[in-house]
Amino acid sequence: MSIKAMIFLIPLLPLLGFVLIATIRKRLVRGFAALIGCGSVFTSFIFSLVLFIKLLNGAEPFNVTYFSWIAAGNFSASFSYLIDPLSSLMLLIITGIGFLIHIYSIGYMWKDEGFNRFFSYLNLFVFFMLLLVMGSNYLLMYVGWEGVGLCSYLLIGFWSKNQDYNDAANKAFIMNRIGDLSLIIGVILIFINYGSINYADVFPKVTEGSFVLTVITVLLFIGATGKSAQIPLYTWLPDAMAGPTPVSALIHAATMVTAGVYMVARNNILYTLSPVAMELVLVIGLATALFAATIALAQNDIKKVLAYSTVSQLGLMFVALGVGAYASGIFHMATHAFFKALLFLGAGSVIHALHHEQDIRNMGGLRKYIPITFFTFLVGVLAISGIPPFAGFFSKDEILAKAFEHNQLAWLIAVIASLLTVFYMLRLLFITFYGKNRSSEETIHHIHESPASITIPLIVLAVLSAAGGFMGVPEILGGSNWIEHFLSPVFAKSHEVMTEYTMSHTTEYVLMGVIVVFTLVMIALAYVRYVSRARVPASEGSELSVAHRIIYHKYYIDEFYESIVVKPFYWISKLFDIVIEKSGIDRLVNLISESLQDWSNRFRKLQNGYVGFYIFIMVIGVILVIAYSFLK
Amino acid sequence: MLTIALIFVPLIAAVIVLGLPQLLARFFAFFAALVELLISLVVIFHFNKLQGVQFVFDTPWIQSMGINFSVGMDGISLLLVLLTTVLTPGILVTALRDSTKPSSYFSLILLMQSAMIGVFVAQDGFLFYLFWEIALIPIYFICLMWGGENRGRITLKFFIYTLTGSLLMLVAIVYLYYHTPAPHSFALQSLYEAGRSLSLPQQTMVFVGMFLAFAIKMPVFPVHTWQPDTYTTAPLQGTMLLSAIMLKMGIYGVIRWLIPMVPLAVKEWGMTAIIFSVIGIIYASAIALVQKDFKRLIAYSSIAHVGLISAGTLTLTSVGVQGAMIQMISHGVIVFGLFYIVEIISERTKTRELPKLGGIRNVAPLMASCFLVIMLGSVALPLTSGFVGEFLLINSLVQYKLWIGATAGLTIILGAVYMFKTFQKSMSGETNSTTAQVTDLSYHERLVLFPVVFLIVLIGIYPKPLLDISATAVNDLLSVFSHVSASAN
Repeated sequence: MSIKAMIFLIPLLPLLGFVLIATIRKRLVRGFAALIGCGSVFTSFIFSLVLFIKLLNGAEPFNVTYFSWIAAGNFSASFSYLIDPLSSLMLLIITGIGFLIHIYSIGYMWKDEGFNRFFSYLNLFVFFMLLLVMGSNYLLMYVGWEGVGLCSYLLIGFWSKNQDYNDAANKAFIMNRIGDLSLIIGVILIFINYGSINYADVFPKVTEGSFVLTVITVLLFIGATGKSAQIPLYTWLPDAMAGPTPVSALIHAATMVTAGVYMVARNNILYTLSPVAMELVLVIGLATALFAATIALAQNDIKKVLAYSTVSQLGLMFVALGVGAYASGIFHMATHAFFKALLFLGAGSVIHALHHEQDIRNMGGLRKYIPITFFTFLVGVLAISGIPPFAGFFSKDEILAKAFEHNQLAWLIAVIASLLTVFYMLRLLFITFYGKNRSSEETIHHIHESPASITIPLIVLAVLSAAGGFMGVPEILGGSNWIEHFLSPVFAKSHEVMTEYTMSHTTEYVLMGVIVVFTLVMIALAYVRYVSRARVPASEGSELSVAHRIIYHKYYIDEFYESIVVKPFYWISKLFDIVIEKSGIDRLVNLISESLQDWSNRFRKLQNGYVGFYIFIMVIGVILVIAYSFLK
Repeated sequence: MLTIALIFVPLIAAVIVLGLPQLLARFFAFFAALVELLISLVVIFHFNKLQGVQFVFDTPWIQSMGINFSVGMDGISLLLVLLTTVLTPGILVTALRDSTKPSSYFSLILLMQSAMIGVFVAQDGFLFYLFWEIALIPIYFICLMWGGENRGRITLKFFIYTLTGSLLMLVAIVYLYYHTPAPHSFALQSLYEAGRSLSLPQQTMVFVGMFLAFAIKMPVFPVHTWQPDTYTTAPLQGTMLLSAIMLKMGIYGVIRWLIPMVPLAVKEWGMTAIIFSVIGIIYASAIALVQKDFKRLIAYSSIAHVGLISAGTLTLTSVGVQGAMIQMISHGVIVFGLFYIVEIISERTKTRELPKLGGIRNVAPLMASCFLVIMLGSVALPLTSGFVGEFLLINSLVQYKLWIGATAGLTIILGAVYMFKTFQKSMSGETNSTTAQVTDLSYHERLVLFPVVFLIVLIGIYPKPLLDISATAVNDLLSVFSHVSASAN
């Protein structure tokens, strides 16, 4: 099979899967829907693997154009794909983890009446996500960008009878659209200033910073804050947990939310040349990492903890991008995809075992009942906490080291966020799996380990979370940092421009040691609090300290947005409708027409005043005139 | 001759339909509309997209006044003719099983089609005005005789509004006519030349008169208040004719009769008009958000969308005008689908009040899926037809002035807010006593909605053939314009 055809098929297969399942879903037995869904994504994975190996063996990036999509005046955009190391890596993550989560969903969703619909949406998502990373121009990326937003909306509101879930879905879509507006204007400005929207045309033209470039990069980044749930547009992600858990794992942890990271990394040269935008990325990343981590400390819903953790970890990736460590950001994105997908799927397995219980206060002691879930979850926790040699250790350590080189305050904040992460993840682990079981007798009786279609993806992801870090072992630990070398062509231009910091090996060892020690301290603290003393979070309605209450209520940000944006806009709309529209403009017009009617009433004595009659005469007159002129 | 056929086939059919018994009449009308569609496809087949006006038919008509029966089509005309010929059979199908509508109803729809095509192909100022006025007559009767509550008062308002506009336009055309070299002529090219030779203050007068006429037709804020009432009260087919096709007469007027005729004034006052259009986007979107009546909500959303088209057109860039062209097609198809969905729902539940609806997707999943796709087109999701136009229009506005483009771009957010809310209120949630008995789409309804859904996706993925049709005409139009303003400077 030719490369061109293979590249074409990678996104097309999941799309065909969607079309097939969606059109015949009523007559399709579940097994077949699952087969189509999993099979299409798996085939795409194999093709992605082939491309990856070709690139690994030194092939040039593939740039394939299929057809001209939109062309008007001097603007043109084509349907064309770019497969370079960056997109190739993304392809592997999307199709690989996508496939595992498809398998998982067979078991998780089997009894749901919307099984086929679920698989169709999931396939559609994979299609758009692939388009996002494969597009060789900004507009095609935007297609994927909006498309994944749609799938996210459809899947958050999957159980559409529940209006709370629909609210969450709407919120996700609309908040994303705020970012999307900024993104598309950024793209248009790129077109205006560089005359094209193809990466290959734009990047060589960007050679120096300018005010416009700063505006562009900031606009693109605002887009990223929407999709990747950063301050100020992050509040949709925790609510997005309304969707089925496989969705949370695939879309709201491993792939879609990393789109912003991908986008900034793709545009690295633009950012490298705009120091202001870089600082903004760094500051937002740091703020989000820390802020979200504190919220995660006090949440009691197993998925909410993981959601805030995702927000926080994404913040860490932006920290990496903000200090110019693009490869480190992508590296952490990859390892995070492994362990966060694992954690979400593990949480799903817990929820499945407990018949839709998500409150950790009603769990406890589960390691005895569901050992596979427990062990794999444990691996995930160790990986995210950065315990060597699990995946998270290497990627997180690299970001922290790069942050230290850049600015020590940034390093400190990132370290605090990381340590908080350790604490809340162990809190989650201990409360869920250790201690006494706090479920009802009835539930305990029914607790069971999940079926193989759920546990096998867990085990595969656990292996990846344990060993995934080895793709980026730093030189001081005897590794070759493979991923950085693999991605280096993508970031080559930025590296030419950037001043390279060098750090002595001693400093690097010391930093690493300090962090590991503090991590262990955090684990000990969590152990004492939640295992030795067996503390359980306070039940609903009990008195909380002021600080605890603020964190528990997520700093009241939702309420804040509600009162400064949502409500005022609603009132303005009402004002427009009632005051300006009905009593203003329309009154005026009616007044005029009434006075006209008045006049016409006065003339009634002379004429019959029936407008319709005149028109009727007019029609006949016109027809006669036309007929006459042609007969003449 | 093809152009003549396009005008007269529906006209003749309209007369025949009047004399037929009810059942036969509606099928004959539908058949005539299909023939018309076929003719337009033949036209497309023979159309040379590198040339300007084609299929010309030009014969002296009222020689003493310099009026010719001159018609022809360039790409801009052709696209709108195509929109008309594609949607009219659809509009007729929606009424096919409605036994309350007599033969005359179908006759009026065909008459309307004939007149609107006349507007799009006229190459003579008088002819253009004539068709413009004739188009008003059938829609007036359709709304007056088959409309809903308060139809008398509302239709009168609509009539006065548009008649005011028409009169201003007539004055402007006659004014230009007297500036053509003697013996005066209404020919399009003569009027162009007459208009361009005017001084800026004179051009401004013409601009104001004509733009008001076109703005009322679209309608643009603040001369839009006839629209929500009329759209809401009119019977389904009337609403479709008005929103899917007739409002394009206004935008077409701007493109064909305003921009090339008074370029100096357009350049001078374009920004003012753009600002009003953009205010309209925000204003109408905000009002749409608080509407409880489903149909009225769609009416306001149409004002918002048309505001964007109008603003983009007035940037006088080929990106903007091409965006307007494709968006006119897309808006026609989408709004046709949306109003049909509203009708289907209100027919089954006997209400259009959104708060009373809910959970329809549980009982009518196919309807919900169709609505979803049409809605995505309306909010301009990429790979739907709505995106192509909206992107090009916003693109042109950002090029014009960044802040205007960014403000107009708010439609990306606001459109999603009111449409997704509407979807949630009507389709999602638990079914209630009003919606529990809703049945899914009948075969008859699928026949209408499936092509709509198909077109929305098809145009979204591959808009090139449509963009190609109007590309040459748009370039010609703007090159003439830039030449004129350059020499004037």
